[in-house]
Amino acid sequence: MHIKQELTERHVLTLTVDNEAGTLARIAGMFTSRGYNIDSLTVADISEDHAISRITIVTRGPPPVIDQIIAQCERLIPVHKVTDLTEAGPYVERELALVKVRGTGDQRVEAMRLADIYRARVIDATVNSFIFEITGGPDKIDTFVALMREVGLVEVGRTGIVGLMRGAEGS
Amino acid sequence: MSEDFAVPEKSGAEILIDTLIEQGVDTVFGYPGGAVLPIYDALFQHKKIRHVLVRHEAGAAHAAEGYARSTGKPGVVLVTSGPGATNAVTGIADAFMDSIPLIVLTGQVATNLIGSDAFQEADTVGITRHCSKHNYLVKDPADLASTVREAFAIATKGRPGPVVIDIPKNVQVATASTDVKRPTSSRFSPAGEADYAEINRAVELLANAKAPILYTGGGIINSGPDASAALRELAELCGAPVTSTLMGLGAYPASGDAWLGMLGMHGTYEANMAMNQCDVMLCLGARFDDRVTGRLDAFSPDSIKIHIDIDRSSINKTVRVDLPIVADVGAAMRQMIEVWKGRKYKAAALDDWWARIKGWRAVDCLSYAGSTQEIMPQYAIERLFAATKDKSPIITTEVGQHQMWAAQHFHFDAPNKWLTSGGLGTMGYGLPAAVGAQMGNPDALVIDIAGEASIQMNIQEMATATQYRLPVKVFILNNEWMGMVRQWQELTYESRFSESYSDSLPDFVALAEAYGWKGIRCSDPAKLDDAIAEMLAYDGPVMFDCRVHKTSNCFPMIPSGAAHTDMILHSDEVSGTMDDEAKALV
Repeated sequence: MHIKQELTERHVLTLTVDNEAGTLARIAGMFTSRGYNIDSLTVADISEDHAISRITIVTRGPPPVIDQIIAQCERLIPVHKVTDLTEAGPYVERELALVKVRGTGDQRVEAMRLADIYRARVIDATVNSFIFEITGGPDKIDTFVALMREVGLVEVGRTGIVGLMRGAEGS
Repeated sequence: MSEDFAVPEKSGAEILIDTLIEQGVDTVFGYPGGAVLPIYDALFQHKKIRHVLVRHEAGAAHAAEGYARSTGKPGVVLVTSGPGATNAVTGIADAFMDSIPLIVLTGQVATNLIGSDAFQEADTVGITRHCSKHNYLVKDPADLASTVREAFAIATKGRPGPVVIDIPKNVQVATASTDVKRPTSSRFSPAGEADYAEINRAVELLANAKAPILYTGGGIINSGPDASAALRELAELCGAPVTSTLMGLGAYPASGDAWLGMLGMHGTYEANMAMNQCDVMLCLGARFDDRVTGRLDAFSPDSIKIHIDIDRSSINKTVRVDLPIVADVGAAMRQMIEVWKGRKYKAAALDDWWARIKGWRAVDCLSYAGSTQEIMPQYAIERLFAATKDKSPIITTEVGQHQMWAAQHFHFDAPNKWLTSGGLGTMGYGLPAAVGAQMGNPDALVIDIAGEASIQMNIQEMATATQYRLPVKVFILNNEWMGMVRQWQELTYESRFSESYSDSLPDFVALAEAYGWKGIRCSDPAKLDDAIAEMLAYDGPVMFDCRVHKTSNCFPMIPSGAAHTDMILHSDEVSGTMDDEAKALV
């Protein structure tokens, strides 16, 4: 007997939650305890009184599992609202990455040229290194990081994505 | 500001007790320890709350479950930090799976010691996070009252469940003004009535069905006695047969004409066949558990499925349904009755459907080979039922064969009379649950139908029954085996009985007497009725060691991974082995 793998879809979920101790652990732990995947998770408080946080989770699963993930999130007491951006309509998603490259001569020039094409900004520079700041969709950042690997990538830090629905309405 | 006008302050422990009383708590099941001493001192001075001293914290949690399940009120548990809390975890997880409202108060080391690996420190909030409906760590006595109020609302409303409140010792001692009122939180709003568009559709489907079935579950019991009344009325109106999960037994009377018996792995042939062959299935407060559905792709393949559940996450979790309705099942049934009557529907002509059901009933799936030499376990349950049915007893069980035989052969006509660990399947549940049920129902006949293996898992609670003069009866079907394990080994592992023999059993009669109970032993079927009568006549706790046939198996049975139509009815149909796919299923 072998374990069967199922086809999965990528979904971006946003959760509005109470900003209190344990909320993040409750949500992240629920994903673990029920065997759901987390590709990325970002969280920050978004209200003036710091009472409400917004969490963006990128997850993967077959459609019935995605539906169950949303229901299980909604079941948690501190979770006010769950929106599946992938289902809700057109949306934008952005991620920020800091990318450190090391090199001199042609490599350094090439890194700068590529950064310019990808609209990455230099936020730290030494005679033999740069840190670039780049924002965009995950694909763009993946591509940029892959290119930087060719010209001397040292390390990369990524925020994970945040997303909003397009248009005038809130989610 | 003058000190003279300040509102008097109280300690966290006193605020806690005051709030419990305000919430209507009259009974607490607990065990003291270092980190809850301030609360125990406050309890000592408040005689409005009865404290039941258990002998192990697992017993406290299960006793509170038994109290809650039999009274409809939340059960309250009070235990100390560290081992007190971890011992209660099984009961918390059990209550979570079976949707039992519990408030579990746990002591914690002082806030300045949290995280320092202090004596009797455990991360209770972390440990219970995913086996409770919600939990709290209270860091300020000013938050205690509002936290406890919200905890009661969360535990009892919507789909009920356990809520844990972890209270550091210094928060119990520190004082706070008692007029602190945090605005009542509105963040918890469970489903109530259903949308009428959905109800109308459900009624239309039911009224036009040719082979309908009502598949009922524990949600009806949780919704309250009126939900059981509504179920009876709805079943009468539509004329459909009724089956139930293990957790829902008693919601529809077993003596009712439409009753098919329990469904699922050890359910009746007629219930499972009717589920398989129905054209409209109305699922009321049940959750398509794997013990109920059997093989999913063969589960009721041709039916339109309507699912009413208060918990959105129960819908489409394992079985895709055609008409999901998120609502309180009692309210939704009342709405269905209203619509049905309003539109003057008549019960459809279901003669063909009932004729087929009659054919399945004729299989007489619960029959078993009798014996004049030995007590058959099914016979023991039948005789116990016959002797007690007029007393409307509360039955608790442990987990295993005896539990399934009790579900099959003991019959319930009212809700809140059947207390069993369905979801988690916790051996050792029955005796403490009986203690809790008897505390909540002092005049009721409370019987724990047990197995000789399960009863040993919380046998220390015999002393609790003795201390509080609780006349609980423990009826042990003693076959000297962990019977359900032995049965699966016989069916799945070619009778390799690995570690399933109950060796070195205590003398249960002597044990009963050691605890101040009465002990009775019976192994002769001819003497069984008299022995049961002797048990019932005794005004005190009794342990009944019923020596039954040792290798009886519980049938009918749907083997794991099989369809409803592939029931094993008798042991001679068993091959003794299974493929790996089936073995891997629970």
